[in-house]
Amino acid sequence: MDLKLDHHSKDGIEVVDVEGEIDVYTAPRLRELLIELVNLGHYQLVVNMEKVEFLDSTGLGVLVGGLKRVRAHDGSLDLVCTQERILKIFRITGLTKVFGIHDSVDEAIAARKSEK
Amino acid sequence: MATVEMSFTPLPAHVRTARLVATAVARRSGVDEALLDEVRLAVGEACSRAVEAHQEHCPGEPVQVALTGAGGRFEVVVTDHVAAPNGTPAAAGQPGGAAGREGQPGGAGPAGPLPVVPSELGLAVIEGLADDVEIARTKAGVIIRMSWPSADPDLAPPGERA
Repeated sequence: MDLKLDHHSKDGIEVVDVEGEIDVYTAPRLRELLIELVNLGHYQLVVNMEKVEFLDSTGLGVLVGGLKRVRAHDGSLDLVCTQERILKIFRITGLTKVFGIHDSVDEAIAARKSEK
Repeated sequence: MATVEMSFTPLPAHVRTARLVATAVARRSGVDEALLDEVRLAVGEACSRAVEAHQEHCPGEPVQVALTGAGGRFEVVVTDHVAAPNGTPAAAGQPGGAAGREGQPGGAGPAGPLPVVPSELGLAVIEGLADDVEIARTKAGVIIRMSWPSADPDLAPPGERA
């Protein structure tokens, strides 16, 4: 399995569950899903990356693109990730300063709710 | 250790294959387990960049990867064959993959200006990961050479030997 995607609504926020590897081959599928969710009116997104086994710059670009799309609607895109090997690429690129990165989906939702 | 060479059709689906092979050879060469994720990511970035460059300029040409473990170093060389018509190396249409296409600034949002994602993000990631990196832009294309320290594989625990 290269990449498995699923999504569900929780407390008014759409949670995207990602499992597998996000790279130049699989990233377009994630991109399409994020676009679809925004087109459906979901502007508050949480991307759960706890089961992501690999993430490269192509994947980062997709996430940044998703962030750009939701922000155009005053929305948000937060991440859930505790894996150091995935967090490393965010640190190298400085994107830890851009994304809200949380330890759990509940924490990400709570953080977003508290900002409203 | 003998060099392992790969030559693959410039398709995104094959980048994962290159990552897997490079990681396996790195492990066999005695690269520390803690560095293998860095090897995998850096090789993936270099191959992704080469694949996208080839798809835009020379889709019929294979991407080449050479893996060498010798002298206490594990070295990976990724070569693309993208040369501009005037003989100078052509940059990939969107180096860094979707990062170049997606992550451009699009105005301000509630949290301030959107991040600028450089089109050469992939190369920046490689330089942040590999212990030693050389990027040569030749008339024939771009050569990315990167290496990591490795132990003598003959000194590895028996369980790790092939």
